[in-house]
Amino acid sequence: MTTPDPRTELLPPYARALDMVITGLHNGAPLIEMPFANKVQGRPGFLHGGAISGLLEMAAVAAIQHALHERGDEATFKQVNVTIDFMRGGVRQTTYAVGEVTRLGRTMANVEARAWQDDPAKPITIAYLHYLLKRS
Amino acid sequence: MSDKTIAELAAEHGGFDPRIAISFMGKAGHGGFLGMDYVGHGEDWVELSIDWREDLVGDPNTGVLASAVVISLMDNATSMSIWTKLQEFRPQVTMDLRVDYLRPSPKGAKVFGRGYCYHLSHSIGFVRGIAHNGNLEEPLAHVSGTFIRVGDRLG
Repeated sequence: MTTPDPRTELLPPYARALDMVITGLHNGAPLIEMPFANKVQGRPGFLHGGAISGLLEMAAVAAIQHALHERGDEATFKQVNVTIDFMRGGVRQTTYAVGEVTRLGRTMANVEARAWQDDPAKPITIAYLHYLLKRS
Repeated sequence: MSDKTIAELAAEHGGFDPRIAISFMGKAGHGGFLGMDYVGHGEDWVELSIDWREDLVGDPNTGVLASAVVISLMDNATSMSIWTKLQEFRPQVTMDLRVDYLRPSPKGAKVFGRGYCYHLSHSIGFVRGIAHNGNLEEPLAHVSGTFIRVGDRLG
């Protein structure tokens, strides 16, 4: 098993309940892993779309936090919406997810989060998220 | 839960009954983890609910529910609205979902999700839905999406 990154402690109760763990960086953003278990299963043998979406939202949040921290920006953020494309069924194995902040502006951020199992080039689900940024 | 069981149950009851389906879909797997309950249904809609719980929180500072809890709730409610409109169970998968979060689901509040199937084609079920905390007139999220049938298509 991969060693959890200390940032795992920052994940909210929902992510911890589904055993999500941050294991390092992938393309410069936190990589989150979620093991397959009955509690994330939808139809028999497959991940529930909502659980994959949860993993993607956590990856997106971790990516924004990381990007803001990298540039010393103290902005807070709030999710406005999400569009999720379910492309392949998630099977009985570990799922990986990472977010990419495609734009970090003054008032909003665009994030694309991808989840995969065997091959990062074959995503099972991609989420597109918008966040409102607030600066005091 | 298995596809066969839902299909068999649907056959036994002369059609798909969301109340019966959720009695086990809401106990097994991710639905069981979230504790999904049946609230009501009509010809083309199904409403489900999830109780607020400490381990479903997305922001420990405020206690608001993780937004993905709302996605799971709406995924199931909209999916079941298709079987309800069809009056039978047929295998399908979510193609895409969009969720607009109007406001957070506050600490301690039960979240309700009503999913509507507004159109069915041979292969696609078109759905929309509203998440709220007990009053449909005060939505917390709006959802729209599509499901694609797998295996047999409507002829």
